Amino acid sequence: MDFALDSGNTAWMLMSTALVLFMTPGLAFFYGGMVRGKNVLAMLMQNIFAMGILAVLWAVIVFSLAFGDAGNAGFIGNLDFAFLTDVGIGGAPGGPESFLGFLTIPFVLFCAFQMTFAIITPALITGATADRLKFAGYATFIAVWLVLVYGPVAHMVFGGGWLADMGALDFAGGAVVHINAGAAALAVILVIGKRKGYPNEPMPPHNLPFTVLGTGILWFGWAGFNAGSALAADGIAAQALMNTILAPSTAMLGWLLVEKLKNGHATTLGAASGAVAGMVAITPCAGFVGGMAPIYIGFGAGAVCYLALGLKAKFGFDDSLDVIAVHLVGGLFGSIVLGLFADPAINAFVTEPGLFITNGGTELIKDQVVASVVTLVYAFVVSFGIAKVIEATIGLKASDEQQDAGLDLSLHAETAYSN
Amino acid sequence: MKLITAVIKPFKLDEVKEALKSAGVNGITVTEVQGFGRQSGHTEVYRGAEYTVEFVPKIKVEILADDDQVDVITDALVASARTEKIGDGKLWVTDVGAVQRIRTGEKGPDAI
Repeated sequence: MDFALDSGNTAWMLMSTALVLFMTPGLAFFYGGMVRGKNVLAMLMQNIFAMGILAVLWAVIVFSLAFGDAGNAGFIGNLDFAFLTDVGIGGAPGGPESFLGFLTIPFVLFCAFQMTFAIITPALITGATADRLKFAGYATFIAVWLVLVYGPVAHMVFGGGWLADMGALDFAGGAVVHINAGAAALAVILVIGKRKGYPNEPMPPHNLPFTVLGTGILWFGWAGFNAGSALAADGIAAQALMNTILAPSTAMLGWLLVEKLKNGHATTLGAASGAVAGMVAITPCAGFVGGMAPIYIGFGAGAVCYLALGLKAKFGFDDSLDVIAVHLVGGLFGSIVLGLFADPAINAFVTEPGLFITNGGTELIKDQVVASVVTLVYAFVVSFGIAKVIEATIGLKASDEQQDAGLDLSLHAETAYSN
Repeated sequence: MKLITAVIKPFKLDEVKEALKSAGVNGITVTEVQGFGRQSGHTEVYRGAEYTVEFVPKIKVEILADDDQVDVITDALVASARTEKIGDGKLWVTDVGAVQRIRTGEKGPDAI
């Protein structure tokens, strides 16, 4: 096989894979701090369990569904790589001329890196459903979801499927990770309904220090998520890293400014939430934009996501920890504004320059809107179906009694705190 | 014999304790409590959603006293717990029928 391994690229991707893997426990603490103390273990468990089941499913089948027959401009991959067949220490099995032939890292490392994305994406949903999801139903949901939703969407966008072929760009998962998980979250909460007592009972966060700790871990890991998505240790990775610092920073400022104007206080939870909204929004853009663009994108995302918090009251759904406002709205915002700032001078992969860039136009905006809407609608519809079937069979929502007692005790026979 | 019960601001506990010791009190019982009076609760805001916390944390102090000690003790307590701001709390005095020290079995004022 004609495969030129680059040790620098490989070293960076080994590191990035570890960084992204670390984001899932970070997310667990980000969310865990925001739930009530009687449900914190259930939240940590849902996230940590994603690392258990989804890694196995990825190796067995979903990697192949996402990246088998890559570049086919289709809807889904094939089963060539099922059970890690041909996923080895050499290059892409198709050779240097194939869609993934540009890789200069071991193919098994590419598979591991992508696996860490497949682990955190379903875990993002747990914020919306917090305090009321049965464990067995949850476990079944994320397993089926990874196969039926994540695999096809990752193929369409990352695996050279039809959305990528059409010209839509997604550097690290604005559509595949954030719109996808956000739309799924919306579908599941519409199936299971509200937490017992919502919105009449107060349900304030029980440990905001956990949330700030989780934010720090997420931000640190996001360096691997975005800069690692260059799949090489090169200038694009460096630009993505810079953008992943600037956008969350300015999103924090944007969120806090709107919060202070509307509510009178700049809060710790606001700083953490704003930073995460910026990480989400810069994800699709990270390796395609440069200069001051991440500052504009971040600031806009912070303000827009804060204002999107009002959606749940307006439409009457119970999105416990605001996954819709942060991930769905933040993902849509980032994916679409990429159509303004995508710059061929940063990344030659940009063939349709953004509207604000020299020689730019509106072509990319159209492609971005199509890819975002397709992802949203597909993820919403299939997730709704999966959740309905699970709710009708093994059950997805914890009973009122279980919610009153707390999921830690009623589902896991544990409590986090001694009093 | 009397039971003096006071509800005070938590940060005043140390001052009250020292004042009571100076007034000759040998023992007090302290409990963390919450409630409301004229001082209403407070508002917390999480991601734009406002929560009203109606119950304010307070400290309840209980002191057993012989009848002739009550005025000295309540004066010391009021002087030490007062900030002159809303929420300083209240104290009240109730009659006690019987008191017994468990270790020795002593009864009445000797047990205080």
